[in-house]
Amino acid sequence: MDWGSIVDNSISQMFRPLTAVFALAAIGLNVHFGYTGLLNFGQVGFMAVGAYGVAISVLEWSVPLWVGVLIGIGAAVALAALLGIPTLRLRADYLAIVTIATGEILRLTIMAPSFRDFTGGSDGLSGYNDDFTDLNPFSSGNYGIGFLKFNAGATWNILVGWSLVLLAVLLVWLLMRSPWGRVVKAIREDEDAVRALGKNVFAYKMQSLIVGGVIGAFAGMYLVIQQGSTIPGNFTPAQTFYAYVALILGGAARIWGPVVGSMILWGLIVFTEEVLTGLVENDYISSDLISTNQVAQVRLMLVGLGLVLLMIFRPQGIFGDRRELMLGEQ
Amino acid sequence: MRKAVAVLLGASVVTTLALVSRAPQSDGQPRQEPASGEQGSGEVVRGTLRYETESGEDAFAEGVEITVETAEGEEVETATSDEDGQWEVALPGPGRYTVSIDPDTLPDGVSLQDEDRATLTFEMSPGRSRAVLFALTAGFGGREVASGFERFVRLSVQGIRFGLVLGMAAIGLSLIFGTTGLVNFAHGELVTYGAILAFIFNVTIGWSILVAAPLAIAIAALTGSLVDRGFWRPLRNRGTGLIAMMVISIGVGLLVRYIFLFQFTGFPRGYREFTEQTSWELGPLRIVPRDVWTILISLIVLLGVALFIQRSRMGKAMRAVSDNRDLAESSGIDVDRVINFVWAAGAGLAAFGGILHGLSQEVTWQMGFQLLLLMFAGVVLGGLGSAYGALVGSLVVGIAVEVSTLWIPSEFKTVVALSILVLILLVRPQGILGQAERVG
Repeated sequence: MDWGSIVDNSISQMFRPLTAVFALAAIGLNVHFGYTGLLNFGQVGFMAVGAYGVAISVLEWSVPLWVGVLIGIGAAVALAALLGIPTLRLRADYLAIVTIATGEILRLTIMAPSFRDFTGGSDGLSGYNDDFTDLNPFSSGNYGIGFLKFNAGATWNILVGWSLVLLAVLLVWLLMRSPWGRVVKAIREDEDAVRALGKNVFAYKMQSLIVGGVIGAFAGMYLVIQQGSTIPGNFTPAQTFYAYVALILGGAARIWGPVVGSMILWGLIVFTEEVLTGLVENDYISSDLISTNQVAQVRLMLVGLGLVLLMIFRPQGIFGDRRELMLGEQ
Repeated sequence: MRKAVAVLLGASVVTTLALVSRAPQSDGQPRQEPASGEQGSGEVVRGTLRYETESGEDAFAEGVEITVETAEGEEVETATSDEDGQWEVALPGPGRYTVSIDPDTLPDGVSLQDEDRATLTFEMSPGRSRAVLFALTAGFGGREVASGFERFVRLSVQGIRFGLVLGMAAIGLSLIFGTTGLVNFAHGELVTYGAILAFIFNVTIGWSILVAAPLAIAIAALTGSLVDRGFWRPLRNRGTGLIAMMVISIGVGLLVRYIFLFQFTGFPRGYREFTEQTSWELGPLRIVPRDVWTILISLIVLLGVALFIQRSRMGKAMRAVSDNRDLAESSGIDVDRVINFVWAAGAGLAAFGGILHGLSQEVTWQMGFQLLLLMFAGVVLGGLGSAYGALVGSLVVGIAVEVSTLWIPSEFKTVVALSILVLILLVRPQGILGQAERVG
């Protein structure tokens, strides 16, 4: 087995677009779960409406890409309202139930044959991101240092992705040190106390759901714009929990938690997958026991197991502060 | 706390071992078999051309020409179906292909259900075989012959069956919430667990489903009790918050679901018995005996559960703990024992529901997760925390979901359930049978 290339691949994965996608999704979740205490189990729904908002509006109504992005943001706001209005006045579990159901139902609706002309069904959509690739300022060639080299297209994707991540981090930082952020964190700690102080708790929760949801929509939009195709397989319920693991691993309610978490998570995922694949291909593990196709399934088992172990043993993650998390008695 | 994790790991190892016996490679349904052991070569596409005659019996279309082409439009092979309606084409490698059926070669009176679906596209992964099915219908429109009223009656009965199964699976979800406050996002996996255990006993080992089902239910109940004792109880005792526990439950669900996918594979499979039945005609109603039995058995079981909750000491204790845990504890009820019983009973009922659902549909690795979303709709509609609420709500959801297909395409069934969920939260968040309480 080529350990050198496995380590190189794992490290370069930490900078690839997919890592930025989940960093963005996890930053959105951080606003929901980390700061406001909203249990959103359907972040993938926000990603999906953003992604399909862009792709469909560009393809169907031939608007420029930036208008498509605005439509994607609008779709995320609408989804947040749809999810929030019935549930945010109730206990936390209702939001969790409605979000996980909506996320999966959105995917099923996208895949429905009735909408095939519109959404492309299970084949998905492509050919809407020319505006984005035309903007690429890099001429062909490889860019980077050492083994971290990417071709022109990938370099552009990476640059845009991590710029978005930095912007989102800056936004969350500014929000959370503002009076708005203090109210939101107070809601996480004690909703009744905030209400007693005369704040409109419902409105704050709604705003938080929208902010985090729009950041999630950016994750979805960036994913499909840099990838050039939009397929329902990108929006399975499990995607939300990659973001949860990234968030909790890095540290919820910490500005850099979701970013660091996503980098470590994806580095680890690629590392374990390449090691497993290497073991299977070199017959250290019999291919009767596990085929190379099944390696991706093992990845999801590990994500589930990681979520359980983190929540039990280290809910504050790497950088988090245990006191900052609403994990005590409700 | 170590213990809890050890038990979790142990449980997953046991599940894995139990499932290692894997699926049989020939259960009479070639269309769903992965070609194991043929990595990288031997990609095969196949299918069975089956349709239902006027009398409701299965028939197979012979001599139908099926053409497979590559994405570039190059013909791979034209196959002709045999007397069992089966056809098979070996492919040159993985990639994208189209399959088209020649409607002119179909037997007289048989046509495609959807004329636009005469050509289908599929993606072939390396070393797999996969099925491509064309929906055929005898006569003009086949099932469409039924009048609106007849279809309404049939769908209502299907809805009642589905609602009862859903309710059976959902009682545990609601009772666990009622007694512990935890919304268990891994409850769907208990449903799948029961269905897959029964599948292993029924198909892999070959016992009758009448033996396999009770055994699977018993094992699932035991598992439920062990999972509570070894995992959730220690977490409760160390004061883990409800929010954290919900996140943990969803992690457990994800882990177990992908263990199922790993071991059971992604192909849906049916049980060995009661799969192909001739429908009974009763007035406007047409129903297969299997569904009649499902409805009867569910009714008896649910009636038993209701009597138990209403009359027995344990049932009373369950209601007391749901009502007010502290008060129940101080009046001498062993709360931990009650919760443990609820877990065992809930898991057993979930497994029962899974087996019944697997009988009428098929067993898949994520059937439980898909049912969970509908269970949520039912449980919230009926009132989270109440066993009767779970029943009433699930029944309403089941009927609404089935009957809605009269007007909207069946792929939007789940959207109907979600709309019910959102509506009830807007109008009456405590549900039909729940007690109003100030929640915010």
